[in-house]
Amino acid sequence: MPLARRVRRPGARVTLPRVRTLRALPTLLRVGFAEAVAYRAEFLVWLLSTNMPLVMLALWSAAARDGPVGRYTGAQFTAYFLVALVVRLLTGAWVIWELNFEIRQGTLAFRMLRPVHPLVAYATENLAAVPLRLVLSSPVVVVLLLSSGAPLLSRDPVAWAAFPAALAGAWAITFLAMSLVGALAFYVESAGSVFEIWMGLFGVFSGYLVPLDLFPPWLATLARFLPFRYMLAFPVEMVTGLLPRARALEELAIQWLFVGLLFLLASAAWRRGVRRFSSVGG
Amino acid sequence: MLRYLRLLGVQVRASAATAMQYRTEFLAEGALALFWSGWSLVPVLVLFGHRPVVAGWTFDEALVVMGWFLLMKGILEGAVNPSLASVVEHIRKGTLDFVLLKPADAQFLVSTAKFQPWRVLDVFAGLAVFAVAFHRMGRWPAPGHAAAALLLLLCAASTLYSLWILVISAAFHVVKVDNLSFLFSSIFDAARWPVGVFRGAWRVIFTFVVPLALMTTFPALALLGRLDLRTALGSLLGAALFAAFARLVWKASIGRYTSASS
Repeated sequence: MPLARRVRRPGARVTLPRVRTLRALPTLLRVGFAEAVAYRAEFLVWLLSTNMPLVMLALWSAAARDGPVGRYTGAQFTAYFLVALVVRLLTGAWVIWELNFEIRQGTLAFRMLRPVHPLVAYATENLAAVPLRLVLSSPVVVVLLLSSGAPLLSRDPVAWAAFPAALAGAWAITFLAMSLVGALAFYVESAGSVFEIWMGLFGVFSGYLVPLDLFPPWLATLARFLPFRYMLAFPVEMVTGLLPRARALEELAIQWLFVGLLFLLASAAWRRGVRRFSSVGG
Repeated sequence: MLRYLRLLGVQVRASAATAMQYRTEFLAEGALALFWSGWSLVPVLVLFGHRPVVAGWTFDEALVVMGWFLLMKGILEGAVNPSLASVVEHIRKGTLDFVLLKPADAQFLVSTAKFQPWRVLDVFAGLAVFAVAFHRMGRWPAPGHAAAALLLLLCAASTLYSLWILVISAAFHVVKVDNLSFLFSSIFDAARWPVGVFRGAWRVIFTFVVPLALMTTFPALALLGRLDLRTALGSLLGAALFAAFARLVWKASIGRYTSASS
């Protein structure tokens, strides 16, 4: 670019950071997609390690062989856990590992030099992998449609219309919670173990291992006040016909409230953490 | 042989000394380990809260399997996984050369590189779960059954270790392997359930391909006195074959290793 054009003329508009970020988005998405394709072997490994819903499906089906468990029949379990698998594959995020690594190794410094907020960069990298995730989870969808669980999928068009929003919300909660916990690595050494606790709570309170209404009532109620339910059980129950329409829309609102809350917390933790960050060497 | 035992002593002492330096971590890890042990019981409690018997297993018997799971998990995370992480790092950076140059078997050196002594807590948690289960059943395992269970424990540990060697061997081909250890533990997680609840393809996979049955279900059956001789002998043979196979694959992989910088 000729130097003369870079000199700001009086009255010329300054590019706002937001606009700059928006302009960078298509490129970031393209880079993220290319990365996802380049690391496809790891993607496959990651896919295989998301096998828990299938194991739990086998287990609960064994329990449902001699009669329904709660309101779950064998077919209902099939629908529940296969949709859970799809939701998990589509909404998973891994920013915590990257953050932990980059903060400790100091390579985060490179990201901070770029004119795009690191969290935005991580988010686009994650989202850019969505097409690949869709491709990889399509066999599960096919199995689901051929399985005994297919007739139990919701017939309510509103539920299906709200499903993408619920998925986006589930992803946002996962991503923001990871960013929040990841920002702890600015303060403490062992942010990883904090995240392990989060994952443990997730396993129980999200309906990943046990559908939430099979819990004793007080535990199921407690789960409604925690963010984990909205990361998995809520979208799953919505499209497997386990939630009435009014309830589903209400929970969608709660889900996005959690997204907003986590957004505020994560960006605050990040802002304060970055001030403490210093990179060594270089 | 004696030399290797001495070497093992040195490696364990080094790990113990390192671990001693992080006493607060010990407390945190200890609290976490207890929390996890309790936490991993939740699905079992919920399941058996709805059904007295699942696939022929009562709650107390399933607890015995759970105890084996916690015990094996202690072994996995205390003795197996830490070394895995360090080998992968060696391969990635090319510093495995230094290990290969040492005048001792490379497989032995990498497998004993790092221990996390605090994971003994998981083993204790497993023993506590056994105690609760047998207390609830109102009987104790017969000495013969306990001896059989101990023998199968050795098989289980050796199989777990062989699986891990196979994972490491994969690391020579796929360098970024943190995901592999993640995959390994995610599959291992299924071992907390008696293999009888799985049907069809799953049961075949968990018995023969990734022999989780050999690691938790069969030892639990032995402790309960329900293991038949054929399965026991099969386990011994299977463990031996698995170990031999892992050794072969390791030899082949190490032969193909080229340092990262060359």
